[in-house]
Amino acid sequence: MKQVFRRPASLLDVPFHFCAGCHHGLIHRLVAEAIDHFELREKTIGVAGVGCAVFIYEYFAIDVLEAPHGRAPAVATGLKRALPERIIFTYQGDGDLASIGMSEIMHTANRGENITVIFVNNTVYGMTGGQMAPTTLLGQETTTSPYGRDLQQAGYPFRMAELIASLGGTSYSARVAVHNAAHVLKAKKIVRQAFEMQIKGKGFSFVEFLSACPTNWGMRPPQALARIENELIPFFPLGIFKEPRE
Amino acid sequence: MEKRLFIKGNEALCRGAIKAGCRYYFGYPITPQNDIPEFFAKHLPQVEGCFIQAESEIASINMLLGAAAAGARAMTSSSSPGISLMQEGISYMAGSELPGVIVNIMRSGPGLGGISASQGDYFQATRGGGHGDYRTIVLAPHSVQEMHDLAFLAFDLADKYRNPVIILADAVLGQMQENMVERDLLPMSLPTKDWILTGASRRKPRLIKSLYLKEGEMEQHNWKLFAKYQQMKKEEVRLESHLIEDAELIIVAFGTAARVSKSAIRIARTAGMKVGLLRPITLFPFPEEALAKIAQAGKKFLTVEMNTGQMVEDVRLAVGRQGEVFFYGHPPGSPPVPEEIWEEIKKVY
Repeated sequence: MKQVFRRPASLLDVPFHFCAGCHHGLIHRLVAEAIDHFELREKTIGVAGVGCAVFIYEYFAIDVLEAPHGRAPAVATGLKRALPERIIFTYQGDGDLASIGMSEIMHTANRGENITVIFVNNTVYGMTGGQMAPTTLLGQETTTSPYGRDLQQAGYPFRMAELIASLGGTSYSARVAVHNAAHVLKAKKIVRQAFEMQIKGKGFSFVEFLSACPTNWGMRPPQALARIENELIPFFPLGIFKEPRE
Repeated sequence: MEKRLFIKGNEALCRGAIKAGCRYYFGYPITPQNDIPEFFAKHLPQVEGCFIQAESEIASINMLLGAAAAGARAMTSSSSPGISLMQEGISYMAGSELPGVIVNIMRSGPGLGGISASQGDYFQATRGGGHGDYRTIVLAPHSVQEMHDLAFLAFDLADKYRNPVIILADAVLGQMQENMVERDLLPMSLPTKDWILTGASRRKPRLIKSLYLKEGEMEQHNWKLFAKYQQMKKEEVRLESHLIEDAELIIVAFGTAARVSKSAIRIARTAGMKVGLLRPITLFPFPEEALAKIAQAGKKFLTVEMNTGQMVEDVRLAVGRQGEVFFYGHPPGSPPVPEEIWEEIKKVY
């Protein structure tokens, strides 16, 4: 019998510890599948952000370097410059990338560093217990916006994929979701394209995932999936915002 | 081969670094250390190296962290306010056991302070500086020659201990020009870097991190780091003894303050006073045993610093109740002159 589905070689054979309905495990798999697809496991180094993202080192069967909070793009820059032939990606959450690490991500993209950034946007600080993130939607209740995110008090959420797409050094920027099978398949293709940019030396590539955090959203997993469709996608449209002209 | 040069301290430091095999430099402009990034911007491409002007000192230190994890010899430099911004990254490097060289051409503070020479960052440099229980090796040059030679040494020490090394100089040492001899220096024989990240090709994946969550792991890691610091104390203390043998009064000073103290000692000696100098070259590890030994012989100490009193605490700890320790501080603005130290010598001799 032909085997059509298996655990990617780039993932270790260990159970994920993530909360029920969390999308990190799924996103890990998509990244690992892209690495496998290009047969890059032995030359890929991951850089872990701080937050739930830090645990990529528990799950990926590749070399991993842990970065200080928000600094993964700068760490990846040093790594890539020293090892230009290796494939380097960062894996960062929204607090890490769009708040404390805003400076590093913008400058790394704008320099056109030939790395790939996987950005997991679940509109909330996950590991610290559900505080307001730079991508928290207006009106969204979190532990530090208990009355809902107020425009006057906290301003607007950042749309990172669009922002990154506006920079000269960016070769590829896209936003995907993984709340149903059709979107997972689209996301799989896009992650592959992002890594392909790096393999071809095109410069900075960026994939933003809209990701569920049922625990900190105070929802059951099915409700969380519905929220992605009904609330997140209208504000964070899916699509490819920048790609090289062929 | 020997070559005589008449160059600035900052340039001497850069030449020592390149000689040590440093091929990666990441930095952000700040006075009075701009000659360093400018030198590397010009010269690293000529040796197939890489220079990046980072967006901030925070980015600089993290680029250094990344390059170090790949096994590269890399450095950054800054001056006091920028070094404050790097403390997070230095702490992560210490926790992750990553080597790297960080140069602090100290200027005055606190806050924006000024661009004049200072020794106000002694505590920051010798106590770890960032969060957590760690130390960095701290080298304190006092001449253009030492700016060069200690820069060379710093990379070996960083690799030997897999730990950040700080070169603590100041605006005077960075900006002054004097003669130096560029000669072949002896590198240490160091083990292969079998821990670096290169991609898990035909080996198990490697992980470099400072997060330890499992029961007992963190405590064990802290003891492991402690053992390293103890080894540094045993093997890496460096100092200069100047006219110590017959001295009744020992000046303890480092860097520029030691330089000026030597001139003051010349005045004192001419006047018949037996004054010597103990100059720590490593501020961590601190030459506590050498000081304790001198103290047992019943000598007096005068600590001279370009601040209001920081290293003097280490001198007092080393000397204990054995000897009297006096302090003369000249906070930044202008460097001290020999005459004012001579006045102080007369008071305490």
